[in-house]
Parts: sequence; C-alpha cells; structure tokens
Amino acid sequence: MNTATQTVDAGEIAKFEAMAAEWWDPHGKFKPLHMLNPTRLDYITAQIAAEFGRDLKDASPFAGLRLLDIGCGGGLLSEPMARLGADVVGADAAERNIPVARVHAEQSGLEIDYRFTTAEALAEAGEQFDVVLNMEVVEHVADPQGYLTACQQLLKPGGLMICSTINRNPKSFAMAIVGAEYVMRWLPKGTHEWQKFITPDELFALIANAGLTPVDRKGFVFNPITWTWSLSDRDLSVNYVTASTKPA
Amino acid sequence: MAHDADILIVGGGLNGPCLALALSQAGFSTVVLDALSTENRGADAFDGRSYALALASTRLLAALDLWDDLVAQAQPILEITASDGRAGEGPSPFFLHFDHAEIEEGPMGHMIEDRYLRQALLAAMEADPRITHRPGARATAQDTATGASVTLEDGTTLSGRLLVGADGRQSGTAARAGIKRTGWEYGQTALVCAIAHEKPHNGIAHQFFMPPGPLAILPLPGNRSSIVWSETHAAAAKLTAMDDAGYLDHLRPRFGDFLGEIRLEGRRFSYPLGLSLANRFVAPHLALVGDAAHGVHPIAGQGLNLGFRDVAALAEVLTDARRRGEDFAALDVLERYQSWRRFDTAALAAATDAFNRLFSNDNPVLRGARDLGLGVVNALPGIRRRFIREAAGLAGDLPRLLQGRPL
Repeated sequence: MNTATQTVDAGEIAKFEAMAAEWWDPHGKFKPLHMLNPTRLDYITAQIAAEFGRDLKDASPFAGLRLLDIGCGGGLLSEPMARLGADVVGADAAERNIPVARVHAEQSGLEIDYRFTTAEALAEAGEQFDVVLNMEVVEHVADPQGYLTACQQLLKPGGLMICSTINRNPKSFAMAIVGAEYVMRWLPKGTHEWQKFITPDELFALIANAGLTPVDRKGFVFNPITWTWSLSDRDLSVNYVTASTKPA
Repeated sequence: MAHDADILIVGGGLNGPCLALALSQAGFSTVVLDALSTENRGADAFDGRSYALALASTRLLAALDLWDDLVAQAQPILEITASDGRAGEGPSPFFLHFDHAEIEEGPMGHMIEDRYLRQALLAAMEADPRITHRPGARATAQDTATGASVTLEDGTTLSGRLLVGADGRQSGTAARAGIKRTGWEYGQTALVCAIAHEKPHNGIAHQFFMPPGPLAILPLPGNRSSIVWSETHAAAAKLTAMDDAGYLDHLRPRFGDFLGEIRLEGRRFSYPLGLSLANRFVAPHLALVGDAAHGVHPIAGQGLNLGFRDVAALAEVLTDARRRGEDFAALDVLERYQSWRRFDTAALAAATDAFNRLFSNDNPVLRGARDLGLGVVNALPGIRRRFIREAAGLAGDLPRLLQGRPL
C-alpha cells in the first residue's frame, strides 16, 4: 500500500474500492466509456507509435515517454498507457476520482502518479510531457482557448497531443444528448451542454492559435447493430479525435 | 506480481497446444497442463484416428510454422460427394458433388492422422522457450477471482493472469467455474476406424446419409481411408463387441465395392454422439476453447475446425488487447472473444443438428424431400459454392491467423 492511501481511513478506502469497481465495471455506469475505450486506445497507441517511432509489438513500447492524462477519471486510459511502459501522470479536477484511480492502479499492480489538479496548474508549475491525452475534456471547460494553450505549454518540443470531443450539429445533439442522456440513460442528464460542443474546424483553429500543429483527425462512429465503435476517416459528425504536435 | 506464466492452459490435446503456440508468437508465456503423459500423446503407431482439416485450419497450422512439415503426411480432399442411401441399395440417384476447382483457394481440406498432428505439436512446444509443457499434470482446483491459479493433483499451485479451459466436452475447468452446459444426446454412437483398400480413392470424400446415421469415407494417404459410421447405441454396442471380421462384414454392404477389398488399419473407436454447449465461453480471468465451449456432432468433421477458429479468435483478441495496453484477462476483453465465436458456434451446432435429424431417419416423405433437396443444391452453383466455402472454413468473419496472416 502506498503512502497516499495510508493517509485516509479504512472506511474511506472501502468506499474508494467500491467506486473503483463501479468505474471499471464494463456493464455499469461507465459502460459507454468502456465501449468506446478500445477504439480510443487504437487511435492513441497508433499515433504515439507513429510519432515516436515505437513498435506496438514490443513488450514495453512506450518506455521512456512521459505522458499526461487530463481528466483521468478512474484511470481507463492511464492504466493502459502505464501497461505499455509510459511514465504516467493522471490529473483530474474532481478530487473524489483521485483515490479511486489510485486504489485501482494498486489492484492492477501499476505505478501511476495520480494528482488532483488542472492542466493550467500543471503548466504553471512548469511540468513537461512527451504526450498529453486530452480526451472528452474540452467540451466541459469554460475557456477552451486558455485550456488548450495550457496543454501546449505542457508539451515538450516535438510532443504530441491527442484531443477528442463532440461535434456541434443537429445529429450530435440527437445522438450525444437526446440519445445518450435521455433515451439510453448512458450518461446523467446534464452531462453535456450542446452549445459547448466544438466543430472540427473550430477545434483545429483553437489548437493552431494555441501554437500546436494539427496533423490528423478521425471520427469515432458507433454501430447500433453490433454495439461497437470504429474509426472513420470521413464521418466526424458526432464524436471525433485529433492529433497535433508541438514544433520542435 | 511474479506469475508462472501469463496464461495457464488446461488441456494438452490439440487446441491447447495450438493456442500456446499462437500466443507465443505474440509474446505471451503459457503453461500447458496435460493430464496425459508424453508417451501417451506422442505414440508413433497409427491408432486409426484422423481429422478432416478445413482449408482455414491448415492456414492456422501454416501460421504456426507446422504445415510445411505436415503437408507431406496429409491427403488433400479434392472432391466431396454426399448422397442418400440405404444399406444394400447403394446411393440414390440424387447426390451432391463438390469439386475444389469451384473455389480458387485450392483443396477444400486435408486429412491428417492424429499421431502426426500430436507429434508436431509436442515438438513445437518443446522448442518454444515461452511454453512450459507439463505432461501428466491433472488440475484439481482453480481460482479465478483476482487472477488465475490452478492446483494440481500433487498439490503444486501455478499462477497466471488468465486460465483457458481446453479440456474437452467434459471440461473440469468449466465445471469448477460453475459454467453450466446445454445439450442432448442423439441416441447414436459414432464408430471410427481406418481401412486399407484395394482401389485408389482419388482424393474423394464420400458422405452417405443412411437411416441409422451418416457414414463418411475420408481419404488418407495411400490406399487408405478413415471411416466415421453412426449407428443407434444398441447396434453400435453389438458391432463393437464383434471381432474385426464380423465388423468388416457389416461395414462392407454399407458403401458397396467401389474401393475393392477392404481391411482394418489400427484400432476401432466409438463415441456416443451429442451436442454439448457451455452456457458461457468466458468469465473473469477465464475462457473456454474447443469442445470445452462447444461439443458438436462430428457429422461434417467440424469439431476440430471450430476449435481452431476459437484458438485463432482468442489469440487475436488477447494480442490486440495487450497491444493497446488493456488488461487482457478482463471480462470486457474476453467478451469480445465470446461474441465473435458464439454466433458461429450456435449456427453450426443448429445446422449440423438439423441436418442430422433430417437425414437420420427412414421416413419415406423425408427421404423424398432430401433427395430433392440434394438435387436442388447440386443444380445451383451459387449455393453449392457456399457449401464448399463453409466446409473449407472460409465463411464468416475470419481471424487473421485463419486468413494466413500473422497476429
């Protein structure tokens, strides 16, 4: 048991373990994230491998890379990245997620530096990373431009940022809010505000303004027949993901 | 956490070793626990057992670097005929004829003797530093709560991240995990033997649908064939009790004299036929492959081929999961394997079951219908080609290893 969990009492740890079990239950409350996760990971791993010349067939392909997972939640992305050998910092602005993620990493036998902090605070402290994962966060922040500028500062020269979010159009309103929140009840009502959604062109402009070079964008497309997600070169109409680099 | 291996495989038959070899290519370490001894598994003499390997299965063996050596000992199946018949009457005028020239991939499959396959798998496991083969090791207890561990008869405990049950239709691994099975008996027993015959078989496999059950004649190298012959339990018990001469006397009239004089090669085997499907193929830290997941009626020789599909699909799911950094033993990862294999298995089990029920009876109305049905299928090249591709294992969403691609 590490020192961070020793500072809280046993009853608290039991509560965190229960919450961790909830985060990691593929059929539970976070089912939509679990369904999307393999496809997100396929994109992230392929982009990192291409950018840093790594071979995913190696045992520890991301060894030596320092990676920041912003909005890490229960660690659904941090843990896979640590398993692939990256040196991972998981940050979340929701304090309750941090001990939950720590408990689960310990159960998984992984070392991950989870912190209750924000991108802006990390940037101010002068932290630097090879990779910043910025997944499903930008649609929740008050000042997207300021936030993306902080992400840019967090990257080492030649670093890579992966950023995913939700497009703004009638279809995304129907799918992400009416579908996911009201019909399927996948997400709590009020999870998303449609006016905060960002189109791919707007996001590329924000990223470029922040001083990064957008290099790729793809859609995450849900197939309601097979209940699986896949990557698409053309369909960015609802969920989509981008890669950008910081000039060396 | 120090483990004995990434993955513990219970079952040293054919699917278990194949899975270990496939996983090794992707960097996983495995322990293969075999209840039988190596002397038992590696016996030299031909014991009369052989398999009809679909084309897709030979691709898996090729991907495991085994096929180049095995192909010299295998007999390609160049044509398949299926016809309706009754003992003493010969085949009906309506019959199905499948010729490998109708699909571009080559022979529909190969017949291979059990001994060659077993020996090749044993040698490959011995040569692989990522595989620990433990012959004569019987699992008696297991725990898959947080990882995977197996306790052997002698009290030794082995640990890993994932436990795979490849231990047959009476899978102890499935039973210990509390996985229930659905199935039924057909009231039939399959009699299996090999024969040597006077005339060449020309690479043709024959399937005769007889009222008591189907009779398959499958070509082996040289003037030899493998016979799979289904009878009611009572008739089978009588035949099993007979000496070889009496057994052959009953076999001869069932397929006429087109192969000339016949005699037995190796031993005679009998297997009661039934369908046995596990209600789940996976649980946390646990997966079932082959007959442990689904024991199907061996009417079309698809049991081993289905098992190889499981092996290729599970190896691919685990490999992809590990390359994206997922916990490969987590339930959501294993469920991808289950949903990939479940439809295929259920469809084939239902089809072989219906096929067998339709053909294994003497009702004159059904006999007329199936003669007509066979004639119709034979007359339509599109449908016939689909049958051939299904028999060759080329239908459906194929794992990479069955397409002849690396993991």
